[in-house]
Amino acid sequence: MSIQTQNQSVDSVLDVQNLTKTFHVASGSSGTRELKALDGINLNVKRGETLGLVGESGCGKSTLARTLMMLEQPDGGTVRFDGQDPFALRGKQLRAWRRRVQMVFQDPFASLNARMTAGQIITEPFATHKDLYPTSAARKQRLDELLELVGLRTTDAQKSPQEFSGGQRQRIGIARALALGPDLIILDEPVSALDLSVQAQVLNLLNDLQQQLGVSYIFISHDLSVVRHVTDRVAVMYLGRIIETGSTQQVFDSPLHPYTASLMSASPKLDPALRPVNRIVLQGELPSPLDPPSGCRFRTRCWKAESICSVERPESRVREPDGKIVLGMPTLGPSAEQQIAECHFPVQSAAEAGLAVSA
Amino acid sequence: MMTEILEPVSRTAPSQQAVLEVKDLDVDIRTPKGTVRVVSKVGFSARSGKTLALLGESGCGKSMTAKAIAGLLDPVASVAGGSAHLESHDLFSMTAKQRRSVAGEGLGIVFQDALAALNPVYTIGTQLGEAFRIHRGASKKQAKVEAIELMRRVGIPEPETRVNSYPHQFSGGMRQRILIAMAVALSPKLLIADEPTTALDVTVQAQIMQLLRSLRTEEQMAVVLITHDLAVVAEEADDVCVMYAGNVVEQGSVETVFNRPTHPYTKGLLSSVPADAHRGSSLTSIPGSPPELNKIPTGCVYQDRCPLASAICREQRPELRPTGPAQSAACHFAEQVSALDPQSEPATGQESER
Repeated sequence: MSIQTQNQSVDSVLDVQNLTKTFHVASGSSGTRELKALDGINLNVKRGETLGLVGESGCGKSTLARTLMMLEQPDGGTVRFDGQDPFALRGKQLRAWRRRVQMVFQDPFASLNARMTAGQIITEPFATHKDLYPTSAARKQRLDELLELVGLRTTDAQKSPQEFSGGQRQRIGIARALALGPDLIILDEPVSALDLSVQAQVLNLLNDLQQQLGVSYIFISHDLSVVRHVTDRVAVMYLGRIIETGSTQQVFDSPLHPYTASLMSASPKLDPALRPVNRIVLQGELPSPLDPPSGCRFRTRCWKAESICSVERPESRVREPDGKIVLGMPTLGPSAEQQIAECHFPVQSAAEAGLAVSA
Repeated sequence: MMTEILEPVSRTAPSQQAVLEVKDLDVDIRTPKGTVRVVSKVGFSARSGKTLALLGESGCGKSMTAKAIAGLLDPVASVAGGSAHLESHDLFSMTAKQRRSVAGEGLGIVFQDALAALNPVYTIGTQLGEAFRIHRGASKKQAKVEAIELMRRVGIPEPETRVNSYPHQFSGGMRQRILIAMAVALSPKLLIADEPTTALDVTVQAQIMQLLRSLRTEEQMAVVLITHDLAVVAEEADDVCVMYAGNVVEQGSVETVFNRPTHPYTKGLLSSVPADAHRGSSLTSIPGSPPELNKIPTGCVYQDRCPLASAICREQRPELRPTGPAQSAACHFAEQVSALDPQSEPATGQESER
């Protein structure tokens, strides 16, 4: 099924380069203003891995997810899915492509049609993709398979969504996303509407499914403890740009970007040993994306900002294997594992940010 | 009294004295299918200068409890029993008029959804000044001055110009600050904060919690913090009441309850939090989901999800009883909870929610 091109690393499912998306927002009588929701996004998702996407509301997470789902047309940059540009596809090819990226939504109460049964909801994708399971017997078999996969009973297919609890509804949403056998599932806050005791069940289910099916996830969440638990790598967004990426452990334990460090510092911790020595409480809120700050876009709230930050956009800095932080460009391939941040004055160590140093 | 940001307000009450004392509170909701008890025999006390957390999942009755105390229950709900004393005031035997006089100076409340809690057609200044006009007989002009002072106190930039803005012109975090300003306008003895940061981003949440903490210390308020977030409780609260299906299942100081839970539900919740565990390892989850409030079993409310449940749990509802210094739990087998190893739980714990 996979189509490889020569310059594509074998294990990469999704490769995004310099993706931009600008909205034109009506503003008074003077016409429109530009809102750069995505301003040069670079992203790479490997087969079978989970990439976490974190950031405050308004940072562009959802626009990125919608663009990757092809619900928005980007203005620039490239998207390669298994080496193919999905935006160049038309007709049958496009339809065939769409089954490979699916989405699970945040609110399991709003994202399921109350007038359909669970079975109808899960099998609805087969109405578009008729060739996949052509006979009703095949569809029924696939439905039972999916229900079992997500931990529901086959008899649950007859029930309507309101007969299920929140956690069970989210299982239906996951089964629907799995129905067409996707390579990538975008999980948009999949557990934030669920109670804690149920949240753990759904996270365990997602993990099991990934082990079984080898599917990749983009996991969007504002809950950092969840992100830490389920993701392999993390991308941190701020005002339409990814300002830091790296392995989950690197980014959480020794963040490079002051914004990432502030996020880690601000998130409440159950374990007193993990609490920051001095909590960084950022002043102010996310600036309007209509009028982003000059230079580094985080400088208005940054505790390390100096005069250069308002003038010059920071270049990428990379943490070398020996721990040194050097100026450098993110390169593809194996070095995509490296921790990269866009900052003039990266945080040198967890201790500098007052974060608890884990053993 | 409110001119200096950090001026502590002198209070006669010593810090250990209970400002709010709730006993055996029952709340019923009338539904077409009959009356449902949503809060059952809930009791706790809140001390001046301290934070008490009501912790529980959605539908556990924590917000209902707060609304009952504040006298803000929906018409279909009513207090069916018990008492609540705010210092010497018996809140449930007061007339509506007496209650209004207690509101503001006795009790302030911060709601979760700031946009819904503010009136969209009045300026922030009008809404903030209202308390001073009603309770203190302030003139419009005086009220505006007080409103500006309040806005400065809760950290809203440029209060002189922002005072004439409408709620929709503020961000979520700023709106939450305005709600807090409104609640503390008359320096209440008790502040109820119902999920005050749930809708906010983590950096803004940290700002709001910092603000609440400093106001509590300045004013020596008793704070009742309603939340589902264990980490927030661990960081912000002194005491905790863990609620499940309308009942308090465990209470005590946060330190003891979180370090040594004596109810299986508390223990289950604590081990469901994604901790520093390595990726790929399964989280411990509590099997099943909370009972619907019209189908609460006789006997223990937690029996269907409990690894310790036995015959007595199905017949007899356990009462809250002391399980340690400054700690009590409603469990027949509280003594065995500490021996419950989260790793051994999967016998029941791995079952999916069905």
